[in-house]
Amino acid sequence: MKGVRFRDHRVVGDIIELAARYRDEGADELVFYDITASPEGRSVDRQWVSRVARVLDIPFCVAGGIRSVEDAEQLLNAGAEKISVNSPALQRPELIDELAARFGSQCVVVGIDSQTTQDGFRVYQFTGDPDKSRDSRRDTLSWIEEVQRRGAGEIVLNCMASDGVRGGYDIEQLRAVRERCHVPLVASGGAGAPEHFASVFREARVDAALAASVFHSGNIRIPELKQYLRGAGIQVRA
Amino acid sequence: MSADGVDLTIIDSGGANLASLRYALERLGASSIVSSDPAVIRAARRVLLPGVGAAGDAMARLRATGLDQEIPRLTQPLLGICLGMQLLFAHSEEGHTRCLGVIDAQVRRLIGSSERPVPHMGWNNFTPVRNDPLLRGFGPDDFVYFVHGYAADVGEHTLASTEYGSTFSAVVRRDNFWGVQFHPERSATAGARLLKNFLEL
Repeated sequence: MKGVRFRDHRVVGDIIELAARYRDEGADELVFYDITASPEGRSVDRQWVSRVARVLDIPFCVAGGIRSVEDAEQLLNAGAEKISVNSPALQRPELIDELAARFGSQCVVVGIDSQTTQDGFRVYQFTGDPDKSRDSRRDTLSWIEEVQRRGAGEIVLNCMASDGVRGGYDIEQLRAVRERCHVPLVASGGAGAPEHFASVFREARVDAALAASVFHSGNIRIPELKQYLRGAGIQVRA
Repeated sequence: MSADGVDLTIIDSGGANLASLRYALERLGASSIVSSDPAVIRAARRVLLPGVGAAGDAMARLRATGLDQEIPRLTQPLLGICLGMQLLFAHSEEGHTRCLGVIDAQVRRLIGSSERPVPHMGWNNFTPVRNDPLLRGFGPDDFVYFVHGYAADVGEHTLASTEYGSTFSAVVRRDNFWGVQFHPERSATAGARLLKNFLEL
């Protein structure tokens, strides 16, 4: 299972077109990230969500500045399946409990931006804006455990050092997180070649792998990636 | 596509996110209305019973409008989706809830493992075990999208089963009542085929 992460600021028409392209190419899920929403103190645009939802027939997760049950409800009513929270959950962890109680854990994804430091794996927040990005003073592994206790149904771990570099997923960090993570775990950050997908599934036993730039640029085409993974003995949707 | 103008009513069981289901039906050219009025539902040619959330809450909402009595008496094709399928059963372990009793079997909690996290969220194939018009065109290579923490036992009502740690009912039927554990509205072309089959029943 692969996701596609929208992180560039594009006009809506482009997003609809991209969404339709990934749908047709066999992406298994789409994640719509409005990464500057939280640092800018706003929530992801409902109109975009609704327009994307109309063309998509695959699972669709939306992230960006969701601070309350009301924010989430609007996005779910606009056609999102799942909502993903990151910085707002670091500021107010009870948000996860509230979302899980209202919509069920299956709707609630927690995104975590994590950095390897000399103090171990650390959670960062406001990573959508380089000037505001900062250490949230949380240890990644304990945050992984806390969000599950609070009702997260899925965790997306974005390994910041690998993100955008295309040198491969951070297998070591993902393995450490996998040990503590009993809900579906999605690897994010670092995909640059088909072998990176095969190794993250095999070596870190993640449930899904997410990528953005290699798909947007056309460097990796989803049908070819799936064929490669199938050849490597990894079960993927035809 | 000849589904245009099909009189399709989606039961509003509250709390459920109906947008993606309505969009999927729109893509098939089918218009639908959403209602919790027993008279409107009784008069529909086809009925969909979706559901997201907990079994106990959903049953409480159906009871509040008398739909718990009405649904088992319906005679037109009805398709339960996800929790909506589970509600067709006699009982769910989720909150020890007595359900609609259309199918005399149990819904149980999925048992997870390190390889099989629960809730089960993801794409799986399913194995048709009986021929049925709802499954026309389906084979063992079709993947569909599941999101659930509970699942129905396999029994004589099972049209197709899926393996995730244990084997459970992916598609069920009793008389005019069909149910699918997965989300056809989010299952790409396989899901669209299933909805189209339902619209042609």
